[in-house]
Amino acid sequence: MRFSIFSLLRHAIGGTPWPEQWRSPEPKAAYDVVIIGAGGHGLATAYYLAREHGIRRVAVLERGWLGGGNTGRNTTVIRSNYLRDESAAIYEHALKLWETLAQELNYNVMYSPRGVMMLAHSVHEAQVFKRHVHANRLNGVDNEWLTPSEAKAFCPPLNISPDLRYPILGAALQRRGGVARHDAVAWGYARGANALGVDIIQNCEVTGISRMPSGPVNAVETTRGRIAARKVAVVAAGHTSVVLAMAGVRMPLESYPLQALVSEPVKPVLPCVVMSNSIHAYISQSDKGELVIGAATDAYVSYSQAGGLHVAEHTLEAICELFPTFRRLRMLRNWGGIVDVTPDRSPIIGLTPVPGLYVNCGWGTGGFKATPGSGHVFAATIARGEPHPIVAPFALERFRTGALIDEAAAAAVAH
Amino acid sequence: MLLIDCPWCGARPENEFRYGGEAHIARPQDAASLDDAAWTAFLYMRNNPKGRHAERWRHIHGCGRFFNCLRDTVSDRIEATYKPGEPAPQ
Repeated sequence: MRFSIFSLLRHAIGGTPWPEQWRSPEPKAAYDVVIIGAGGHGLATAYYLAREHGIRRVAVLERGWLGGGNTGRNTTVIRSNYLRDESAAIYEHALKLWETLAQELNYNVMYSPRGVMMLAHSVHEAQVFKRHVHANRLNGVDNEWLTPSEAKAFCPPLNISPDLRYPILGAALQRRGGVARHDAVAWGYARGANALGVDIIQNCEVTGISRMPSGPVNAVETTRGRIAARKVAVVAAGHTSVVLAMAGVRMPLESYPLQALVSEPVKPVLPCVVMSNSIHAYISQSDKGELVIGAATDAYVSYSQAGGLHVAEHTLEAICELFPTFRRLRMLRNWGGIVDVTPDRSPIIGLTPVPGLYVNCGWGTGGFKATPGSGHVFAATIARGEPHPIVAPFALERFRTGALIDEAAAAAVAH
Repeated sequence: MLLIDCPWCGARPENEFRYGGEAHIARPQDAASLDDAAWTAFLYMRNNPKGRHAERWRHIHGCGRFFNCLRDTVSDRIEATYKPGEPAPQ
């Protein structure tokens, strides 16, 4: 069924329950492509495989529940103002898809381009951000420099007093940046992929990757039996190292807990997304009214999905300094997601040394914003068996050639 | 916050320490003779296990010395700490 004002009215008046949005099928014996991980990136990959490449014998396997990993745990910030040409290309590709995603999927993903403002607190940082602004403009990505008073005008609750411990010297603003509803992105892609024939199989943990004697993958072993596959795509975020170890592939990844927290809901007070890399503050307001706050990663490798309280406390200290009016807000919940971080803070997308085995990982602390673009170009890579032009620079091979894409300084979270 | 047992100073809170990454990665003696794959493995490839992890820590706000630590990466429980040069406890 399609969602429309008429279907909404019919269900509101008729009181009939909404039908399920995707099936929960038993796994078949074989598929053309098996995708490991039903988060936003994996589901988007399945959707574009079916929609743009006509590959419909696709299964998406999920250890837990759909969208229950980092897709449901991030702070939903979307922007594309990355420094390097390669990064700008993939994140801008994603941003363009965000703009029409709700119409494309017939599902309201609540994309809200309310502006993402990144604060500069030192002369050095101001110079770096201005360099970003220029680099972005050369790549056709909108980004502009604001003085402190212009930043205050754009975001009235911001404290621009020169008496701050880390005073605000200016800000870079991407107006097309913003937020979207993270769950709706996973649900929308799941519904779209399901309608095109993709099997989404939850509660199905992959326990092994099977290879032919000559090398290529031919199946995955799961808690629900063996599933044959011509191609296997691993989109497992923080667990990528664990899954690829099953195929004997080592990865340049380390997994860290990244925390987020939300406040009690309040009336609209914060009109945009505000980020400060140097004092670790990342904040926006959800449509429910909660302030959504991103904290830093823990210092050490972990799969605990929790994170230390002192890490969140550090972020709240910065938020309270930037927004004195938020000091009396109570925090409702905090949680962690396991992010897979690469040495150059750029993702790894494409082929692996094992024929038929593909990987999309290493999005670190900022993968949500790339969801549509990542799925789109990864699907093309799997369908053709060779890297899509946008993902070619992000190959695993770059760690051997040395052609790293250094986004450590440009990433949202200072690592 | 972890409570970490520095082999020299005893148990101290995590924020006295700096994490130093995976332990027991020895820099190749004769780097010039390595091929690109071996150099890549040394520089970038990490075990990143879900379970027992041998890692380095440095007591920066204490004695300043490096040491190694065995920790479970699911529970974050620290099994043992030991001095550099000592083998990992079994």
